[in-house]
Formats: sequence, C-alpha cells, structure tokens
Amino acid sequence: MIRSKILLLAASSLTLALGACSGEGGGAGATSGDTVAVGVLQSLTGTMAISEITVKNAEMLAIEEINAAGGVMGKTINALVEDGASDPSTFAQKASKLIESDEVATVFGGWTSASRKAMLPVFERTKNLLWYPVQFEGNECSPNIMYSGAQPNQQALPALKWAMEQGHKSYFLIGSDYVYPRTANLILKKHIEKAGLQVLGESYVPLGGTDFSGVIARIRQAKPAIIINTLNGDSNVAFFKQMAAAGLGSKTIPVMSFSIGEQEAQAMGTQLVEGSYAAWNYFQSLPGDANAKFIAAYRAKFGADAAITDPMVHGYLDVYAWKAAVEKAKSFDPEAVRKAAVTLGAFQTPMGMVSFAPNQSLSQKAYVGRLKADGQFEIVQDSGADIAPEPYDALAFPGKTCTL
Amino acid sequence: MDLFLNQLFNGVSLASLYLLASLGLALSFGLMRVINMAHGEMLMLGGYLAWATLSVVPGPAGILVAIPVAFAGAAAMGGVIQVGLVRRLSARPLDTLLATWGVSLILQQAARDLFGAVGVEVRAPAWLDGGLTLGGIVLPSTRLFIIAVAIVVLAALTLVLLKTRIGLLVRAVNQDRMMASATGIDVGRVDLTVFCLGSGIAGAAGVMLALLGPVTPSVGQAYIIPAFLVVVMGGLGSVTGTTVAAAVLGVFAALAQMFVDVSVSQMLLLIFVVLFIQIRPQGVVAARTRQLDA
Repeated sequence: MIRSKILLLAASSLTLALGACSGEGGGAGATSGDTVAVGVLQSLTGTMAISEITVKNAEMLAIEEINAAGGVMGKTINALVEDGASDPSTFAQKASKLIESDEVATVFGGWTSASRKAMLPVFERTKNLLWYPVQFEGNECSPNIMYSGAQPNQQALPALKWAMEQGHKSYFLIGSDYVYPRTANLILKKHIEKAGLQVLGESYVPLGGTDFSGVIARIRQAKPAIIINTLNGDSNVAFFKQMAAAGLGSKTIPVMSFSIGEQEAQAMGTQLVEGSYAAWNYFQSLPGDANAKFIAAYRAKFGADAAITDPMVHGYLDVYAWKAAVEKAKSFDPEAVRKAAVTLGAFQTPMGMVSFAPNQSLSQKAYVGRLKADGQFEIVQDSGADIAPEPYDALAFPGKTCTL
Repeated sequence: MDLFLNQLFNGVSLASLYLLASLGLALSFGLMRVINMAHGEMLMLGGYLAWATLSVVPGPAGILVAIPVAFAGAAAMGGVIQVGLVRRLSARPLDTLLATWGVSLILQQAARDLFGAVGVEVRAPAWLDGGLTLGGIVLPSTRLFIIAVAIVVLAALTLVLLKTRIGLLVRAVNQDRMMASATGIDVGRVDLTVFCLGSGIAGAAGVMLALLGPVTPSVGQAYIIPAFLVVVMGGLGSVTGTTVAAAVLGVFAALAQMFVDVSVSQMLLLIFVVLFIQIRPQGVVAARTRQLDA
C-alpha cells in the first residue's frame, strides 16, 4: 500500500512538473526568466567529427565569454549541445528538436552542405534562424540562415585566380560525393573553361570513403598541373596517405584544398600535407590583437597545442554577431534579429573587421596559404580588400539573384 | 593502357583487402550459419591495436609486431562474442544477426569513448614508403605489402585447414555437423576456434586498413558490405570460393573506377553480384555437404 502511495505521489508530481513546463513553453518559452536557450548543433561523432568538434568548442567559448560579461540583454545564454553525427537526417531531427521542444532562440552549427540542406526546411517551417559557419558552394539563399562561411567568390574563385596566376594550365578536381564538391567543381569548371584552360578529370568518393586507388591512377594518367581538393572529413587522410605512397607528394603535384585547415593538418600529421595549399578567409597565422586574444583564450581552455581554423573563427564570430543583433533589435525574435544583423555594420573579430551584407552572407577577405612543417600556413595570397558575397555565381547560375 | 595496368594492380590489392575482411565471415557462416554483423568492428579493433602497438614499439619493425598483436586481440574479442552471445543464440540465426549488430554498435561507441571520435593515425614505416615503378605502372610498397600479407594469411589458413588435426575437425564439422558430433568431436570447441580464427584474420586486415587511411570507430563499416558480397558470391564457407570472389570483385571494382566514381562503382559491384547469383545461385564454389536437409 505504501508503495502504491509513493507511486501515486511520484506520478502526480511528475504531472505537475510537466504541466508547469508546458505552461512555461506556451509563449516566450525558453527565453523567459533570466536565461535564453540557444542550440549548438555539430557532428561530435562520425566522419565529420575531425572538423566539427573544434567548431563546437569555439561556439561554446564565445557563449561562455558572453555569459561571463553579463549575457545578452541581461540574460544568461543556456547552450544546448546536440550531435548531428555526420548524418544529414540526424541534423534535421536535432534541429527540429532544438527549436520545437527546447524552444531555442537560435541555432549555431552545421558543416557539410548536405547537413545544411537537410536543416533548411526545418528552419524555414519554424521561422527560426541558423548561423552557418563553413565555406560552401553558394546557389542558396534563405532568410532563415546567416551564412558567415565563404561563398564561392570568397574562397574557390580566389584560389583559382591564384592557381592561374601561378601559371597552372591543367586541373584535376576531386571531392566527396555530395552537393558541395559537385557544385563547387561545377563553378570552377565554368571559370577554368572561360579562361581557356583545361580540366583533365573529375572524380568523387563517397563521404568518409577511404579507397583512392582508382582516383590516384586517374590522376597519374592525366598528369594535371594542380589538384583542386574538395574532399571533406577524414577521407582527406586516406587521400594524402595514398598519394604519398604512390609517390605523388606535394612536390610532384600541388594540391589546393578547400576543407583542410590547421586542425585537420595537425590531426592527419603535418608531414603528410606539408607543402600543399589551402584557401580560407582566416588562418591562425594572421596578425592582429583580436586574433592573438582569441587564440590565447581558446588554448587556455582546450589545450596549449590546439589548432585554430577558419570555421572555428566563423562559429565564434557568429555567436557575437547574434548577440550584437539581438541587442540592436532589442528582441530574441529570429525575424527581428536577422534584420538587425545585416545592418550592424563592421564588427571586430579574430579575422579582422567584417560585416554582414544584405544577403545575410559575410563580406570578408580571402587568403591562400601554404602549409609549413610546423602545421601553420604561410600566406601566399591576400585579396586585400573585403570581397562582397555572391551566393549565385554568374557563370554557373546565370540570372539567379538573392533577394531577401 | 598504363591506367588499365595500374588499376589491375590496384584491383589485386583491393581484392587482398576484401579477402582478409571476408575470410572470417565466410568461415563462421559456412560452419555455424552465423552472420556476424560485428565482423567490421574486428577490423576496427585491429586498426586501433596497430596504433597502440606502434606507440609502444616504434621503429621499422612495429608494423610486423602489430599484425600478430591485432590478430590475437581480435581473436580474443571474437572468442568473447562467440562464448558470450553467438553460442547461446546458435539455434536462432535472425537473433544472432540482431545481437551481433548490437555488439557492433556497442564496440563502435566504446572506441569513440576510448580513443575519441576523430580517429587515430598510423604512419607506415619508412621501408614501406615509395614503391616499384615498371614503365608507367607504379606499385606502391604499402599495396605490395598488403598483397603479400593476404597471400601469407591465405597460405597459412589453407595449411591449417588441410594439414592439421584442428583443420580436419573443422572440415568434418563443416561437412556434417551432426555426424561429426556423433563421432565424439567437440563441435562447440571447433566453432569457437573457427570464430576466433576468423576474427583474428579480420584484426590483421585492420592493420592493413590503417596503412591506407585513418583508424576511426567506423572504419570497418566501409569494408563490411563488400565482404558480405564476397561471401555471397564465393559460396558458403569455401575458402577457394571466397578467394576467387574477392579477386573478381576487387578487380571489378578497381576497373570500374576507371570510368565511374567510387560511389557508382560500389553500386555496380552490388548489381554484378546480384546478376551473378541469378546465374549461379550456389556461388563460385558450391559447399559440399552430405546433409540431406542442407
């Protein structure tokens, strides 16, 4: 009898608690009281974990710094971290969970375009806002995403321009088999052909794939002047390993990568990728006080030998941009926040002063770096001025424009 | 022509990997009719053991030490799975399938917790750098090494099966389990031995994978589907059939990659096996059995 009473008590208190929760969730939800909930959604497991865990760390660092400095509009940020598991449908499910049951004000996250494409309908349906920190292929323009990573004209095309200036006349394109590499390569092919140069081959491997024997045999046959690499995740390790084993190191054929930063180079062993090139909007080796401060803060928390990469800096600045936009809009409402974000003007970040353009992408500089033995990139090309973001490449997608 | 010859060679090296990954599956399926879904994780275990061995025994001999270590470690893990799970479910093949799948998920998560989601890096020793060049054909040393290991493993396995007493017992149980049991053979021990042996070979295959790419918690998953295809095409439990099927599929996949992307070549592989099974349902080599109910 006593047991059944305890059970009844437990059940009724549970019902009360649930009632209280749903009552609270009826309106302002997770932003009521003195906290505001935000989602941090990256792959903590699977093939993309090599790259995304550090982006999560950088986003969490920004959140902690903001909380330590008094929060956003007097509210402490409560970060809910979810694992997208390198799987687009998991990303969509977790985004939906964060928005609909946790009622977060906004979400920071994503890496692969496949994950972003899977999350996009969730953000559009719920009218929430995703802050996306990674370079991508463009050809997309949604009011519910803030694209801080590079558009093709801020990474791929400056990299191609550099390669052409170096006198490289023939190109081989390799990538993981999904939307980003295929679209980025489509854009590159148009520009290479327009310049009267040659694309000698194009080859795709499944995301996470490790068998490069066929790809390398084709590269050997084609003898390109340079390889453009849009592989993602730890396929890169297998690619560079097998290239080295096949005697095609970076001294024989240079490789220009769009998804390898300092952290990936460190994780796969610098000697494997030393001498190869990467194009980004940020390198750890960039000068500046804001950069030095960010690197020091990150290393104090995540280890003295932690590497800092471009998507980490974008993840970090996204959180600060959201805070600034919320305070400008004086509201957590995603619609008000996104309108405020594009009128913020230039703000200070580890990569220098940047600003969001009206198309919700970031105006930013582009760099080409050459990987040194110590795992840092020596900057060999600097775009100088900020490049305005163009979501739709005029050659690959004529007539398409982004109006929000 | 060079491209063709290069891919032919790559096909042989891919076939060696397929063979090492599928021998254990073929053996345990032939003998026990058990589909071990955790077989891919034996590859993964072998990869991590290679990494662990190389951090203890650095230097040129490390990789040679890693192979027996990975074999022993994966064989031991196979033994635990067989005694703890497979044996208890032996009468229910579907349950074994689900249970070993569960084991596969648990092992992947355990690897994630122990070694991190990012994966670890095994560097090939200096003597495996470079390779042979014959005209336009390049034979990287790592791939030659993998082929050599596959040949040694295959030869050793054949010797064990044909020349030793345990091999005799395995063949006896393979032909007629009930009759073998009636003559006093400890069928349970034969099962355990074969399961350990198969898992051990997969562990050795994991060391080979570590030479080609990163060792991650999910590294075995990429090879488990081709391994199943090899077993299906080879005919149940036949080492000869498994070898022929691995060779055919490895070369087929590599040659297909001359014309299509890797993802498409995997699809073609599946279609090829489906068509092959239509023409020859018993596989390359039909299992000889005296069981009337087979």
